Amino acid sequence: MAKAKKRFRVTLNRAWCKDCGICVAFCPAKVFEAGERGEALVAREEDCTGCQSCVLRCPDLALEVEEATPSQAAEAVTHGG
Amino acid sequence: MAARTAFMQGNEAILEGALHAGARFFAGYPITPSSEIAELASTRLPARGGVYLQMEDEMASMGAVIGASAAGAPAFTATSGPGFSLMQENLGLAAMAEVPCVVVNVQRSGPSTGLATRPGQADVMQARWGTHGDHPSLVFAPASAQECFDLTVEAFIWAERLRTPVIGRADVVVGHLRELVALPDPEDGRALASRPRPQGPPDDYCTYRPGPDGVPPLADFGSPYIVHLNGSMHDERGYPSADPAQAGRLIQRLVAKVQARVGEMVAVRHFRHDPPEGAPPRPAVLYVAYGSTARAAREAALMLAEKGVPARLLQLKRLWPFPDSEVEAAALEAGLTVVPEMNLGQVVLEVERVVGKRRPVWSCAKSNGEPITPDEILARTLEVVGA
Amino acid sequence: MKARDYLIEEAMPLFWCRGCGNGIILHALLRALARLGKSREETVVVTGIGCFGKADDYIRTHSIHGTHGRALAIATGVKAVNPGLTVLALMGDGDCATIGGNHLIHAARRNIGVTAVVANNLNYGMTGGQFSATTPQGARSSTSSFGNPESGFDLCRLAGAAGAALVARATVYHAALLESLLVEAISCPGFSLVEVMSSCPVYYGRYNGIPDPAAMMRWWQESAVPASRYAELAPEEKQGRFPIGRLGGSDRPAFSERYARVQEAAQAGAGRWIQAGTDR
Ligand SMILES: Cc1ncc(C[n+]2csc(CCOP(=O)(O)OP(=O)(O)O)c2C)c(N)n1
Ligand code: SF4
Ligand code: SF4
Repeated sequence: MAKAKKRFRVTLNRAWCKDCGICVAFCPAKVFEAGERGEALVAREEDCTGCQSCVLRCPDLALEVEEATPSQAAEAVTHGG
Repeated sequence: MAARTAFMQGNEAILEGALHAGARFFAGYPITPSSEIAELASTRLPARGGVYLQMEDEMASMGAVIGASAAGAPAFTATSGPGFSLMQENLGLAAMAEVPCVVVNVQRSGPSTGLATRPGQADVMQARWGTHGDHPSLVFAPASAQECFDLTVEAFIWAERLRTPVIGRADVVVGHLRELVALPDPEDGRALASRPRPQGPPDDYCTYRPGPDGVPPLADFGSPYIVHLNGSMHDERGYPSADPAQAGRLIQRLVAKVQARVGEMVAVRHFRHDPPEGAPPRPAVLYVAYGSTARAAREAALMLAEKGVPARLLQLKRLWPFPDSEVEAAALEAGLTVVPEMNLGQVVLEVERVVGKRRPVWSCAKSNGEPITPDEILARTLEVVGA
Repeated sequence: MKARDYLIEEAMPLFWCRGCGNGIILHALLRALARLGKSREETVVVTGIGCFGKADDYIRTHSIHGTHGRALAIATGVKAVNPGLTVLALMGDGDCATIGGNHLIHAARRNIGVTAVVANNLNYGMTGGQFSATTPQGARSSTSSFGNPESGFDLCRLAGAAGAALVARATVYHAALLESLLVEAISCPGFSLVEVMSSCPVYYGRYNGIPDPAAMMRWWQESAVPASRYAELAPEEKQGRFPIGRLGGSDRPAFSERYARVQEAAQAGAGRWIQAGTDR
């Protein structure tokens, strides 16, 4: 049986984010995407590997990455992430 | 009660006064005629667990004094003209951030290097307005070695009590004068200089929430009461604030907290010298003088009285806030006022402001690096009395 | 405490511009404090004036927001009277190296146990992007539109030569390295300096053709070379590059350790000095 992949929750605090694009440019798993107005979006949370590099490099402390609890992970799977 | 008397220099008495009041920190940069204070501090402070720091310049000295005081040590520095000029910016920080400290300016003549180390009293207005912006100013001016001791103690008391910088403004004549000084029992000095302390739960503490006397209690860096000192405009928590109403209140409070207590502070000393019995009655001459010039004025007053003119001397021990009511009362009792000072006329402007057109006010100014002599004051007086 | 527990959340969002490196440094510092388990009460943040000088607005420890250039002098006074405190001086390159350069070399020489954290964005951000003492020769700024005629300081070599106990450099791109260098520096008993090459996209970036925050990060990524590798580069490879990591320091007793001996000596010989003046 394949080992269950770890899931992470990527929380972007809109009120603090200034849409600088650093997370979009540097996430190794390409979790983020720039929206139509250049706004940062968490587009592919399910691809997050939990490396935390976006958290460390966000200039506005707007990002948090936590390991999802099993129920959150299950929810994410059922809702297709 | 004096525990002992000692023969000492004015500068030495300043150091003794600081120690008596509980000073634990000195930072400075050597400059004549104040260096004796630094030299003595470098041995006396460590001997009682305190710290002497010789900084790289006077901007740093003033900065270190503020840092040390914020960490809980009653702190002071001593300098003269050029160094006092360099301290102005951080003096403003101490006023705005409300960090207690004492700055001794043993004045010499200027401007710039001027007649280095020769006497002068031209820093009166600098002591009031030297740093930019509206700010409180509390300045004492000793005229003897004893007053160097007493007024330094006074300076520490008010600096700590009011969370404000206080300036001790001696001049080279007084700083280098050797006289007998009555020293109180060191025990009497314990806790003389103490700052208001916060009470209650640490989480509720605000660095700038004023007590009933307008002074916010101050905790030390390291205490569970977290302190946010701020030289930028700030709110009660010490967080930056650009709100004009808030700014206006803060500036007013900084000045008002000092003004409210002037009644309790040392202000002036009166001397009366009357002519010999039987001399015809004449209106009195009042001298308003400070620092070493007050000593010359006292001699002049004696000589004037011998010539049949009642003479009064009002010695200003506190220059700022200016002792308005004391000056006014003394000036109105006299026929005219003469203000001798070693500058082109600074305190005379304040005396004129207080007295207005009600009595004549004359300046007796000298600004050439030489002290004013009693003869010169007398000559000027006879000139204006005749006028 | 976690890093976030040191943050004054009421003050958020940060006042700094979009893509400014200051927030990355702030965050690394909070993580370093958390890693070291520093309490709020034992920690003192001293700032100068400038964009990075506003970092104290966001930190829940003791703090003093001082004057431009004098943060190290203030910090020296704090540490001298209470060596038990952890004292951090947070400054821009203008603050630390230009107007405050004299205090920097003397703090290093004195070996006072303060950690200087310098956000080196190669210009004066707060006043509109004028050149500072770290702006590279030839670079443009709002007061060097024809290229900076002066050369910039290498802050780490300057502080090292002046006697700092630890000097290190990171960039805002190398945020994890930055955090561990801060941990090392704060643990060092003598004077430590951590220089952080930081982005000011709004001025330095715009004036020098890299206005985009991510592009500036890329620039740091490409120009910084770990110290061990940097040493092996050929001179032409060093052009436009700089070393990062721990870059030096000298192992001397910290000021407070030496001053404790002064106090002991003064106390032992106290009798000679205590009696000032001549008794009568
Ligand atoms: C004595 C003094 N001179 C000038 C200024 C104006 N001033 C404020 S911040 C600053 C420069 C800021 O540059 P830096 O220290 O590099 O910090 P940054 O804003 O880039 O973070 C200057 C010149 C001042 N506040 N005080
Ligand atoms: S790095 Fe931070 S501030 Fe920049 S876009 Fe991403 S979340 Fe927003
Ligand atoms: S001006 Fe530059 S240093 Fe200042 S906040 Fe903006 S990006 Fe940051």
